[in-house]
Amino acid sequence: MSAEFWNMGGYALYVWGSFGAALAVHLWNVLSARAQRRRLLDSLADSEGEQPVDE
Amino acid sequence: MNWTWFHRLGSPPSFYRFAGTLAPWLGGLGLAALAYAWYAGLVLAPADYQQKDAFRIIYVHVPAAAVSLSLYMLMAVAGGIALIWRMKLAECVLIATAPVGASFTALALLTGMLWGKPMWGAYWVWDARLTSELVLLFLYVGVMGLKAAFDEPRAAARACALLALVGVVNVPIVHFSVEWWNSLHQGSTVLKFGKPNISAQMAVPLYAALLATYLLAGQAILRRAQNELLSRERNTRWVRETLTELGGDPHVS
Amino acid sequence: MTKRQKRMAAVAALLLGLGLSAYFVLSAARKNMMYFYTPTDLVEHRVSEDARLRLGGLVTVGSLKRGEGLNVEFTLADCEKSLPVRYQGILPDLFREGQGIVATGRMQQGTFVADEVLAKHDENYMPPELAKSLKSADGKHNCAPFKSMQQAAR
Repeated sequence: MSAEFWNMGGYALYVWGSFGAALAVHLWNVLSARAQRRRLLDSLADSEGEQPVDE
Repeated sequence: MNWTWFHRLGSPPSFYRFAGTLAPWLGGLGLAALAYAWYAGLVLAPADYQQKDAFRIIYVHVPAAAVSLSLYMLMAVAGGIALIWRMKLAECVLIATAPVGASFTALALLTGMLWGKPMWGAYWVWDARLTSELVLLFLYVGVMGLKAAFDEPRAAARACALLALVGVVNVPIVHFSVEWWNSLHQGSTVLKFGKPNISAQMAVPLYAALLATYLLAGQAILRRAQNELLSRERNTRWVRETLTELGGDPHVS
Repeated sequence: MTKRQKRMAAVAALLLGLGLSAYFVLSAARKNMMYFYTPTDLVEHRVSEDARLRLGGLVTVGSLKRGEGLNVEFTLADCEKSLPVRYQGILPDLFREGQGIVATGRMQQGTFVADEVLAKHDENYMPPELAKSLKSADGKHNCAPFKSMQQAAR
């Protein structure tokens, strides 16, 4: 793509900084939930053997 | 009116399955909408007559700010339901919403600073809009901290619900701050009566970006609520069965 | 009342109490929540002239004079009154005649001497072609966002 596009009329730092931050937040939301799930499943596997109870 | 669907959805195993089905759809559609919105916003939309290319920050700033307020309302409503009806699912939604809401509030603040510097001439000013949005971030972080401070999940959820409800007064302040007081921040472009203040070529990517951000936030909340449910109900039969379904053997997962 | 109804009443009372106290605090602090004052406020002596304060308004079209170096002089107006402003320093990209700005400084012999100027843009976004056709003859922007304290109290 053209240099003009990446330059964003001289506001490249601000525009790409903002979109980069947005990308990071979207990724964090997906990955942190996934990591939380992995940790949880590990801890649940460790506590296996305790007696299940029905509520 | 028939409420069986509501009670069924409110039961942890059905919600867990429902969220598991819905989340990939929200994620997929959200990603597609985001790809379109960013392409249209960065490439197709013309530069603004005043702000030139810097105006494109609107495509990440406005959706993040809108979602930050909407998620707070969701969190407060879930908190109200959790306090009044003692509904476990509402507690999980409340706990799941806080980090997602905090992430979008932080994004709104950061992109606002990156927009403010080249246009206003300052990263930050203590006007009513910026200050109340910062308070919103503190409220989200407060709910997260409160959750972490308790060992017992039900007590944690009740304390979080109370804080979420108390903080709800801040939501109208954020939204109306630009109308009630003189502020450096401009008024609302999207939520305004009368003719829209943005030309169609610029508005369509903005609506797409709003949709995308809501869908992706929804995906994140569903996934986190699923985790919260699994953790809360770890000793119940349905969780054991779910784990067996997942990995054949819970030790492997 | 059942227990659930009691909790419902408690939550409702909490929200009502919070809403009312927020309303009273905010209406009492209305003046202090203003990020800037307007030329009308200063001209009509509704704020102390000795204090360092922020002044917001539109740069009057035709009033901008660029002096030596980074010195500029211009007139700042809201919907009613206007004031001369003097400033030395770097101006934001959006600064131009007709633009809304917020200047920080203090009054000196009838002139507002600013040490910081920020641009306040509006909520309208359009391509340049469209903007050209919309602009009125005198290039006047909207003065409505610059509410004097009296207007804001209404």
